[in-house]
Formats: sequence, structure tokens, C-alpha cells
Amino acid sequence: MTARVAVCMQGIQKSFGAVHANRAVNLTVAAGTVHGIVGENGAGKSTLMSILYGFYEADAGSIEIDGKPANIRNSRHAIALGIGMVHQHFMLVDTLSALDNILLGAEPDWRLGRARARVRPLLDTLMHDTGLHVRLDLPVEELPVGERQRLEILKALFRGARVLILDEPTAVLTPTEAAQLFRTLRTLRAQGTTVLLITHKLREIMALCDAVTVMRAGAVVLDCAIADTSLDGLALAMVGRRVQLGRSTQARTEAPPGAPLLVASGLAWHDALGVARLADVSLTLHAGEIVGIAGVSGNGQGELLEVLSGMRAPQQGELALADRRYSPRAWLDPASARALGLAHVPEDRHKRGLVLPFPAWESSVLGYEHLPRYSHGGWMDAGAMRSDCAAMMNTYDVRPRDPLTRSSHFSGGNQQKLVLAREARPEPKVLLVGQPTRGVDIGAIEFIHGRLRAMRDAGGALLVVSSELDEILALADRVLVMNGGRIVGELAIADCSEAALGRLMGGADSVTGSMTGSVKIEAAA
Amino acid sequence: MSVASNALPRWMDLGLLPALNLAIALAVCGVVVKIVGHDPAQVLALLVKGAFGSRAGISYTLYYATTFVFTGLAVAVAFHGGLFNIGGEGQAMMGGLGTALVALSLADHLPAAIVLPLMVLAAMLFGMLWAAVPAALQAYRGSHVVITTIMFNFIASALLSYLLVNVLKEPGNMTVESRRFADSARLPGVHDALAWLGVEWPRTPLNLSVLLAVAASVAVWALLWHSRPGYSMRAVGFAPEAALYAGIRPKRQVMLAMALSGALAGLVGVNEIAGVHQRLLLDFVVGAGFAGIAVSLIGRSHPVGIVLAAVLFGALYQGGAELAFEIPGFSRDMVFTLQGLIVLFSGAMAQVLAPALQRLHHALRPAAATQGAAHG
Amino acid sequence: MDEIALGSLLASTLRVATPLILCAMAGVLAERSGVIDLGLEGKMLLCAFATGAVGALTGSLPLALASALAVGLALSMLHAYACVSHRGDQVVLGVAITMTAAGLTVVLGIAWFKMGGQTPALPDSVRLSPLFNGAAPALSALPFIGPLLALGLLGHNALVYLSFVLVFAVWWLLFRTRFGLRLRAAGENPAMVDAAGVSVLTLRYQALALNGAVCSLAGAYLVLAQNPSFVPHMTAGRGYMALAAMIFGKWHPVGALWACLLFGFLDALSIRLQGLSLPVVGAVPVQAIQALPYVLTVVLLAGFIGRARAPKALGTPYVKER
Repeated sequence: MTARVAVCMQGIQKSFGAVHANRAVNLTVAAGTVHGIVGENGAGKSTLMSILYGFYEADAGSIEIDGKPANIRNSRHAIALGIGMVHQHFMLVDTLSALDNILLGAEPDWRLGRARARVRPLLDTLMHDTGLHVRLDLPVEELPVGERQRLEILKALFRGARVLILDEPTAVLTPTEAAQLFRTLRTLRAQGTTVLLITHKLREIMALCDAVTVMRAGAVVLDCAIADTSLDGLALAMVGRRVQLGRSTQARTEAPPGAPLLVASGLAWHDALGVARLADVSLTLHAGEIVGIAGVSGNGQGELLEVLSGMRAPQQGELALADRRYSPRAWLDPASARALGLAHVPEDRHKRGLVLPFPAWESSVLGYEHLPRYSHGGWMDAGAMRSDCAAMMNTYDVRPRDPLTRSSHFSGGNQQKLVLAREARPEPKVLLVGQPTRGVDIGAIEFIHGRLRAMRDAGGALLVVSSELDEILALADRVLVMNGGRIVGELAIADCSEAALGRLMGGADSVTGSMTGSVKIEAAA
Repeated sequence: MSVASNALPRWMDLGLLPALNLAIALAVCGVVVKIVGHDPAQVLALLVKGAFGSRAGISYTLYYATTFVFTGLAVAVAFHGGLFNIGGEGQAMMGGLGTALVALSLADHLPAAIVLPLMVLAAMLFGMLWAAVPAALQAYRGSHVVITTIMFNFIASALLSYLLVNVLKEPGNMTVESRRFADSARLPGVHDALAWLGVEWPRTPLNLSVLLAVAASVAVWALLWHSRPGYSMRAVGFAPEAALYAGIRPKRQVMLAMALSGALAGLVGVNEIAGVHQRLLLDFVVGAGFAGIAVSLIGRSHPVGIVLAAVLFGALYQGGAELAFEIPGFSRDMVFTLQGLIVLFSGAMAQVLAPALQRLHHALRPAAATQGAAHG
Repeated sequence: MDEIALGSLLASTLRVATPLILCAMAGVLAERSGVIDLGLEGKMLLCAFATGAVGALTGSLPLALASALAVGLALSMLHAYACVSHRGDQVVLGVAITMTAAGLTVVLGIAWFKMGGQTPALPDSVRLSPLFNGAAPALSALPFIGPLLALGLLGHNALVYLSFVLVFAVWWLLFRTRFGLRLRAAGENPAMVDAAGVSVLTLRYQALALNGAVCSLAGAYLVLAQNPSFVPHMTAGRGYMALAAMIFGKWHPVGALWACLLFGFLDALSIRLQGLSLPVVGAVPVQAIQALPYVLTVVLLAGFIGRARAPKALGTPYVKER
């Protein structure tokens, strides 16, 4: 008996300018199954689901829902076709009750009192049937995260969703809440709902899904039933064959690196909703090494950089930098960090690295405007700043070579080079780098990588966070993998294999290892 | 709140767009003039003649412009810090109060060389303090500075009224004003200064605070683009996250921007109280704060633009007063209307034209346009 | 204070509070949908002028009201066009409307009526007349508070009573209808409303249309009930006081009503307290009472007497992400 096909996407093409987000993607989802969609950042899974939900229109390709062709123009249309989506960032109004949030846009009566009365019994039945319990009369701001997510699912089901798309649902849940979610999804599957689970957590896929599609760089690289694959198979497919694996000729082959310049221990930070973004993170940066942080974006890397650079104080943890110690009550701040020889190339160069309306010479002193060479008693020496900027632009080949050009007028690569030039200029002992070559052209990538290696060779300690695994493998001497706000693994570059990295990034394993010792792998409990 | 838009080339953004917005405001005003039965061209000609056609006219124009420079700079400094200071009216009132208090208590006993600088300082200090409270409430309690400054305008008016009626009023005098200051509290008029140099000049309210206005403009320019506090302020105004990254403390910058803003608005007190009236009155501010918003918007928050816009508005006020003489039924309220229209088209609807201009730019200079688009 | 004095105080309170209530309701409607309205003062002024001018020219009360309504709607649609469709700065637009209205009303007034900006006094037939006076004997017969209530509550014009009805209507609209739910959501999380398939743009335009209509009543009241003619700058900051009342009432129609009544009471009190010496504080300066509404609002905003949470999306133009 052939299963009914709930969703069939054929030959989907989608480009955003130069970025080819979906390349001839085919996706077939059987009705009443849980289908996993796996991939790293930029693999194209979010774009594909956005097309299915009507946020974008594909450049080419076709979609069939329940065997009938569908031209999904907007999300209203998708909802009408029975497709519901639960986003990573909940679409809820905090001050309204859960019931009102469900009602909005689907009110059966223009009088709220009657609308609520008509809807309540329907919801009670739905909650009973699916096991999704939500306190309908409380304002959303009083509900914990797990309950808010159940509310989002309920909202979608109430609108008649037969296909439910969940985007990284366990990112904000505790393990208990995640288990509860899985029970719910199994119940929904039993009732004939089709579930599309977007995730990069491999164990979830293996535990819950019936079939899985793995995407990489915009294309589908694996598409099969769960029974026909394994965790390793998924890990390998997600990460792919890497050319420069473990054989990075640029890595240090000499003796272990020098003194510890930055020691962080037990860093923990949770956001306003109580979701732990950093949990028990400890790391040490030694002189003369590049430590790479690999992992799918959103697993705490951004928060880690903010904490280490002083932009954010953690709730727990300690930091030792130069000869100072910091604890949460009196944490490091960016100005002191710079004074102690720590520099930071932020992940978001547009919002943080530069002030876009400033001319290049003003952006080139951001964070350093207080230095004696630039300001004497409150007066800024524009001449010194401009000449330093010109020198930086020369060394780093930033074009156009004019310090007076507005920061927003440079291309991505040139902007990044400018930021790096600025941070590298004071010859920092520790350099934190976030996404060094995101949106940067090939020529600039090589240049930037070369500069980073040069800084390491000169004795600096570098921490590079990147969602591009290739970049980590090309630069790092030591690779740490983050998942769920924790460091789940540490591998010397020589020990990095696609399978090992894939498993760590997919949250499958927790690894402890050392540069010289053997690597011990233990599957996560 | 950013000052410059990134999409248009600089000359269009800073020169053409505001000029166009001004032109539209003038055109709409011309329609209103027509509706009330006058000839816009005639009105315009008389206005220009009234503002610039005589030495007295020019002097009055510059006297009005002085006040507008102060309030315009006040709004601009706050804008650069990312804040909207609508409290110029109240801060100017307090500045005048400070000036008067110093004058009333010291002028009888001390020479002008000491009293006058103290009066200027008091004006700045009182204006600064009146802006500092809403600033602190924004920075430390999260209260929106727009609402609190509006409230403070009214509170200032009530406070001034109370002090004038109950404390400072000259006993036996029916008008609500303080007693006249002693001579050492009088800021010399320009006609006095020129007479001292041997040049004859008609007697007008134009006084030496016009020099103060010029000095303030230069000082604001230097502060914003050549000083570290100015750099920090602008960074916070344009990119609060980048400022945080740089280690700049946003709360401090909010306080600084508003304090400076208040101090500048307070200087209106020097022009009006020390320079013209030599006594404290109730309504010496009358709309200067709001005019300052218009001046700052047209002047694109830059001291040079503000000075030019302030002279424009001074000309409108002076020309408007002359028009009220020449044309029966014409009043200065036409100038207030134009002011409001300028705020409307240069402020609220400033970007309505921008997409059209962008298309024009693309059509005329496709090569330059794509080059601009490729970067960033 | 005896009953007569208290009754008259109550009557004054209601009379002073009415334009505030109407304006505050207009403000609530706009701001709950996410659009800041600093132009209440200007809208009210222009509508008052329209009422006075058309009333004088036509001698017809319905026409005067209709013209006020038309002006109010026109201004609100300008507000919507500039701020909702074109994402203009909402604060600046409010200031612009107020500044322009202040000048334009006088210019047109002088041009058309040549009375220094005033409009001719409207005869009683065009203005609103006192209502419910026939119930006075019955109400006065109540023990203790009868005469007080009779003096305080009866004999007001239609708009005074209408304003109370309007508070209920706005409350009911915001909290008991589908439209109100969507409007409130648009002011908190417009992205969510958009994702639910409802147009944020349309909602905000509708909210502003209601805002214009209700604000026009406030302006009309000034000429039809308070003063027989339009006088330059006759709003005298009431638009801002209504804004303060709205904030003090935490953007809730009933809260705003209480705040308006309080502010109205303070105003009525200030005149009566002049010259009087109170037990502990001595003579209270009239300016202190005049400043009290504004001081109270600042204190509330500073969080010293409870929290005033504005609608989360207030002031941020909505841009579709995709």
C-alpha cells in the first residue's frame, strides 16, 4: 500500500541575488509521518519551508499538497491549504490571553464574548485529543516557554493544519519539555497529522522521524527512510566531505602553544525567558594558537563572544584575562578589555563593527577614540586618525582607498578588512573573531585568513567563531564544538573527522580529548 | 534617530531633498495666501523687503535668528544623540529665569564685566538642569523623553508664572513682570557696540548675543565632529549597538546630549532677557522652541544649515511683522503656518519624496547608481 | 464646603473634563494601534475653528458638526498617509500638525471674519443646550446628596453625556469586538497580526479614522458648549493634557476617563482655591494646581507610582519583513 503524499515539492529553485538558496530541491513527505529536514546554517532548509508556508515564492518548481497542485502566494493561502508553521521566534502578543492569541484572525464572530464561547469547547476537545495543555485564560507573558510553544502548535491546529512545520522547536526547551514535545508529536502523527521537523539535532531525528531529508549548500544530499540510515550517516551527510580535513598545513606542528592568556570557567547565561543560552562553558586561549568554535549558529556562540568581550555579563562564571579576574558582579567591559589587550571583530559588522553613516576614518577608531594618539583632553586629532586609517587601508588593501568614504559604501569584504585592520592594529594579545568572512568575496577571504594566521604566529591567541565548517578547519589548531549552549567537544585539528564533527554539531556526542592524548568519544545520555 | 539617509548620494540628501521639501512647503503656503485673497508674489516681495531691505530690517532679522540658532542647535545636538528634545520651550524659559535671578540679585552691586558672564552661565545652567531631569528619567527609568519634555514645558510655564506673580513682581505694578535690571545687567545692543566703533546704526533689539550665537554654532560644530564626547554622542545616535561594542555608555551619552541641548536652549534667555527686555516676563519664549525644531530639520541638524535656516526664519518673522503693517488683515500667524508646513514636509514627510528622487537619480546616472549599489 | 459649592464643583469638573475625555479617547484609539498621536492639540484646534466658522457662516448646528468631522478625518488621514503608509516620524508629524493648525486657524479667521482671528459669536440656536433639567426636582428630593447631584449632573449639554457614552463605546470596541482585539494586537506585535493574515496598515488607518472623528467632537465642544466663538489658541494645551491623561490612565479608556476627571477636578478646584488658606499647607498657588496633572504624569512615567506600559509597538512603523 503506497502511503498518501501530503507534500510534494519538485525542482524548487530560489535565489536571493547571488545566493542560490535552493537548487532543484525535491521533497516528498508522506502523510501522517514525521519528516525531518536537516542541515547546517545556509543549507537552504529555512528557505524551503518558507516557500512552503508562503513567505517567499520559488523562482521555479512546483508544489503539490495532497496530490493537488498549489500555488502558494502568501501565508494566508498556506493556512487555507492546511499548512501551519511554528516559528523559532514565537508570534504571540504577550499582553493578550492564550485564547485571544489563538482567536486572532480566525474569530468566528465579531463579538469577542461569543467568539470566545464558541471556540472554547473546540479548543478543549483539541487539547484533550492531542494532549497539548495550555492555560487559555492566562496572558502569554505569564506562560513558560514550553507552554507558549504548545500554544503555537494549538494555534496552527485550530486553523486546520494537517501539515505542521516546526522550525528548530527544541532550541528553547529543557530536556523535559523536549520529551513532552516529542510525545505530542507522536500523538499528532497517530492522528494523521504530517509533521515537518526542521532541526540540526541528529538524535531527535533518529528518535522521532520516519523519514529524513538532508540538505547542504542549497541541495538535497540525502533523502531516505530513517530505517535506511544511521546517526553517522546523517552526520556525514550534513557535514559532507571536506577537502582540508585535519591536514591543514597551516596548523602549528611544533610544541604546544604558550601561556594561557584568557581563561573562562563555568560561564552561564540565560535570557529573559529563562532559556539557557550558555551553560557551563569553560575554555582557555593560549598564546600562539587559533581556537575554532564550530557549530550551527544559535547554539550560544554569539552569546559567548559577547561575554568574553565584555559586552554582556554572565550570571555565573569567572574570567581571567591578563592579570585580572572577573566575576559576574563586576564583569569585564569592552573598554577595559581593549586596555588589557583583547580585541573583538564582531559577528555583525553592520550593527556593531562599524557605524555605517560614519566616514571610514571615524569607524576606524571605534573603540579606540580615547587613545592618546587620537585625542588630547577631549579634542580629537582628525589628521592622526585619517592618516592611520589610510595606513590601515593600505596594509589591508581596502578599496576605495579613501578614508573619507562613508562606511556604508564599502563592499562587505572591504568593510570586514577595515574592522579587522582596526582590531589588529594595537597588536592585541587576544583576538575574538565572529564570522570573519561572512558575505566576503574570495580574494578577501584568503587575505583575512592569512592575517589571522600571521597574528597567531606572532604569539597572539585567537578565538574564531564560524558557521562555515571549512573556515574552522582551515584556520584552527584546536576545534571546540558548541551545541545547546555547551561545549560538547574539543578536538585537535588532526583528530577532526567529518563523522566526529557532524555528530558533535548534531548534538549526538559529548567528547573530551586533548592535543596529544587519545580521543574519548562517549555517546550523550 | 539618524540624520542622514544612506540611499541617496550625499549632495541629494543634504542639499536637494531639503530644498525640495522647503519649496513644497512654500508652495502650499502660497496656496493659503491665495485663499485668503492676497497675491503670493506680492507677499513674498514685501516679505523680503521687510527682512532685508533696510538696516533696521536686517537687524531685526538677525535678532530673531539669534534665538532660533540657539533652539535649533539645541534640537540638533539632541538629534545627533538619538533623542528628540521637544522641551526647548521650557528650557528656554528656565534659561531666562536663571539670567533674571542673577541679574536681580547681583546687578546692583557688581559691574557688568562680572554680572554678564554670570548671567550667561546661569542661563546655560538652568536650561541644562531643566533638560537633565527628563534625560535622567529616560536613561535610568526608561521614561520616554518626548512625553516628559512636553510635560516639563508646561511645568516650566507654571513655575515661571508662579515666580513672576508671587515673588518677582514689582510691587505696585500691574503687569506681570519683574523690576527692571540695573544697567550692569544689560547686554549692549549692536547699535551701541557699533556706535562705540564710530558707526551709526539704527536702534533695534539686535544685541551682542548674536556673537554668542555664532560662537555657539562654532562650538557645537567643534564638539560634534572634533571632540571625543561628540564622537561618542553621534555613535550612540546612529548605532547604539556599535557604541556598546566600543565601550561607550549609552546612559552617559543620553545625559550629555540632553544637558548640552538644554544649555543651548537656555541661551535664549540671554538674547531676550539680558539683551532686549532687561526684565523677566512671562512670554518671552513664545514658540521659539518649536521654531527650533523646524530650523533643525531644514538645517539637517548641521550648524551651518541651522544658521542659514535660522536667518531664513528670522527673515520670515521680521518680514511677517512688516507685512502685518503693510497688508491689512495679514498677521504673523502666516509665518507660524509656514513653520508648521516646513516641519510637515521636511520632517514627517521628508522621505516621501526620497524614492522618487532615487528613481530620478537612477534614470539620469545609471552607472553611478549601480556603483553605489554594489558597495555595502 | 456646602452642597451648592460641591455641586457646582462637580458640574465644573464635568464641563472641563469633557474635551479632555473626548481627546483622550481619540488618543487611546490611535496609540493602542501603535501610532503616536502628538497632534491632538492641533486637530482639536482646527476642528474647533471649522465648527465656529461654518456655524457662523451657515447658522446650522448639523453643518458645523459635519465640517468639524470632515476636518478631523482629513487630518487623521494625513497622519496615516505620512506615518503608516510612508513611515514618517510620528512625533514630528504631531508637532507639525499642531504648529500648522495654530497658524492656519488664525490666518483663515482673520481673512474670513476680520475679527482678529475670532469667529463671530454663535447664537444659542446653533450651540448645544442644557439637557435633563426637568429631572432636577426629582433628583434634588434625594436625601443628603440630592441637591449636589442635581446641580452637578443635570443641565449639561449633549456632548458631556455623550463623552461618557463614548468611553463605554471605546471600551466595548477595544475589548469586546474582533476589531478591537486586532487593533490592540497591532499595537503590541504587528508582525503577529500580519502573520495571522490581517492587514496592519488597514487596522491603523481605521484606528486613525476613528481618532479623527472623536477628536473632532472635542474641538466642536469648545465652540458649541464652552465658548460661543472660536478664539485663537483656544485649546490652551488641552490636547497635551489629554495625552497626559491617556498615559496616566495607562492607555485604557476607563483609566483615561478617571484621569481626565481628576485633571478636570484639579482645574475646577484651582479657581476656587485661589486666595483660600488650607490647614497645613497654607495658600496653595494656583500654578501648582495647574502644573499638577503634568507633574503626576511625569511621576507615573518615572515609575514611582506604578508602571505605565505603553503598547509595545508604539511609534515603530511596521515594515513587512519580506
